Amino acid sequence: MATEAQHSTTRRDFLFVATGAVAGVGAAATIWPLINQMNPDASTLAVASVEFNLNGIESGQSVTILWRGLPVFVRNRTDKEVEEAKAVPMAELRDPETDEQRTKKGHENWLIMIANCTHLGCIPTGESGEFDGWSCPCHGSQFDTAGRVRKGPAPTNLVVPPYEFISDTLVRIG
Amino acid sequence: MSEHSTYTPGSGLEKWLDERLPIIRFSKEHLMDFPTPKNLNYWWTFGAILVMCLGIQIVTGVILAMHYTPNIGMAFDSVEHIRRDVNGGRMIQSFHAVGASMFFAAVYIHIFRGMYFGSYKAPREILWILGVLIFVLMMATAFMGYVLPWGQMSGWAATVITNIFAAIPVIGTPLLELLRGGFSVGNPTLNRFFSLHYLLPFVIAAVVALHIWALHVPGNNNPIGVDVKDSRDTLPFHPYYTMKDAFGMVLFLIPFVWFAFFAPDILGHPDNYIQFDSQVTPAHIVPEWYFLPFYAILRAIDFNLLFINSKLLGVMFFIGSIVILFLLPWLDTAKVRSGSFRPMFKWFYWLFVINFIGLTYLGAQPAEGIYVLLSKVCTAYYFIHFVVILPVVSCIEKPRPLPTSISESVLAKSHA
Repeated sequence: MATEAQHSTTRRDFLFVATGAVAGVGAAATIWPLINQMNPDASTLAVASVEFNLNGIESGQSVTILWRGLPVFVRNRTDKEVEEAKAVPMAELRDPETDEQRTKKGHENWLIMIANCTHLGCIPTGESGEFDGWSCPCHGSQFDTAGRVRKGPAPTNLVVPPYEFISDTLVRIG
Repeated sequence: MSEHSTYTPGSGLEKWLDERLPIIRFSKEHLMDFPTPKNLNYWWTFGAILVMCLGIQIVTGVILAMHYTPNIGMAFDSVEHIRRDVNGGRMIQSFHAVGASMFFAAVYIHIFRGMYFGSYKAPREILWILGVLIFVLMMATAFMGYVLPWGQMSGWAATVITNIFAAIPVIGTPLLELLRGGFSVGNPTLNRFFSLHYLLPFVIAAVVALHIWALHVPGNNNPIGVDVKDSRDTLPFHPYYTMKDAFGMVLFLIPFVWFAFFAPDILGHPDNYIQFDSQVTPAHIVPEWYFLPFYAILRAIDFNLLFINSKLLGVMFFIGSIVILFLLPWLDTAKVRSGSFRPMFKWFYWLFVINFIGLTYLGAQPAEGIYVLLSKVCTAYYFIHFVVILPVVSCIEKPRPLPTSISESVLAKSHA
């Protein structure tokens, strides 16, 4: 035993490192649930999709519905607004997306998007701003009739959530 | 500076205690006999005023927590309940709300005093850094406290400020959801903000203790910035500065109680008396006045730079505007501390103050027209002051001759 202790790596060193490693893993495993409790809970995750009936929303009218606690704009665009959106050259856009990419084929008049500004989350005001779309009261971002950012600090277009048309008048978001 | 104790335990009991826990000796050394430069002016009373502010916030806050309900269905009404029904609740609530504003007013004066008199320079860098840390903690605490009444400004402040974290690449969105406890600001957000709003003031108190500890190692800076040389330069803290500080506190309480008694809502926003609605943002949202300069910086950046988008860039400038304060001791390399003896620095100091007030004004204006441009100019100047002007002025400036000692400068003044 006495000679063993003179080796550069002893059994004691090994035990020391191994104990430290186990303690480290244990500490991380203890801390993670203490942080993870802050993540969205089961009741929040449970309301992941909603169905919404488009009946009664006239051309030129918007409604705001809630999806996962987030407000969602559902707008029945006028023909003029759709034409305006389609006429915009891609070169003018900060986050280039065509109007077709932001709507569903055969339902081009319906624009469905999360209402929070992509800058810091305020709700833009509809039918306002220089581009006939939305303008954000908080920091001055402006969006066109397809909800694409045209001016101000917002980095990207208003977000189109995943959705599908179940029938001509019923959509499921999420 | 700790071997100046004149304490000799008077009684047998004191001697017994002194050998076990020398708390009386410690208090006498640090709260009574502590040698303090004899030329400190009234700007130096703000340290004590800030301790008083923290005390007021903790006492009124603990009381408010006895009546407040951190639930989105009841929070708004419970604040109204405090203001209308709770005995004396109207005053306790207004002292807490006004107290936050007064706390920030005092801390800004305290910070700008340190900037003018070079209180951040060696050997007080740690003292300064702890001070900036306290300022950051105060901002976090004030922000979470502002969310608790759950009015329109509360909810939208929570939305906008938590969204700042979403600008961080890759981990931004998961981090945002972790902070909010949901996809949007809701009950989990309010509940945790209440918990943290109760916790943070005690963390601040602990950092204040470190701040005072770091102060008591080199001792106070002073208006001429010349080191203490001997006992003729100092006075014991008690009674000279306990009295001066107490008088400063009384003067400070005059506007404080004026606001609390006569205009408790004047520093707030009418929109915060409308309950939070996650579907409607008020037409013009602004933070509390004490956040306006930093808010103006956040908002001024509306352009992309290389691969960094405008949102992330704005957040970087916003965070940078505070982080740069931590670096101040190494940006201003001039050996002379006090601005009174620095002819060039003095001008740039006041320009910086005016620019900062300008940012405060711009933060309250709508993001349109000339205000957008002015915000960019003032933001640029804020950073130029730290990164260009201070280092350059430190190199080229020829300071005026310094008095040889504190006591000489005091005597020269009284003879003049």
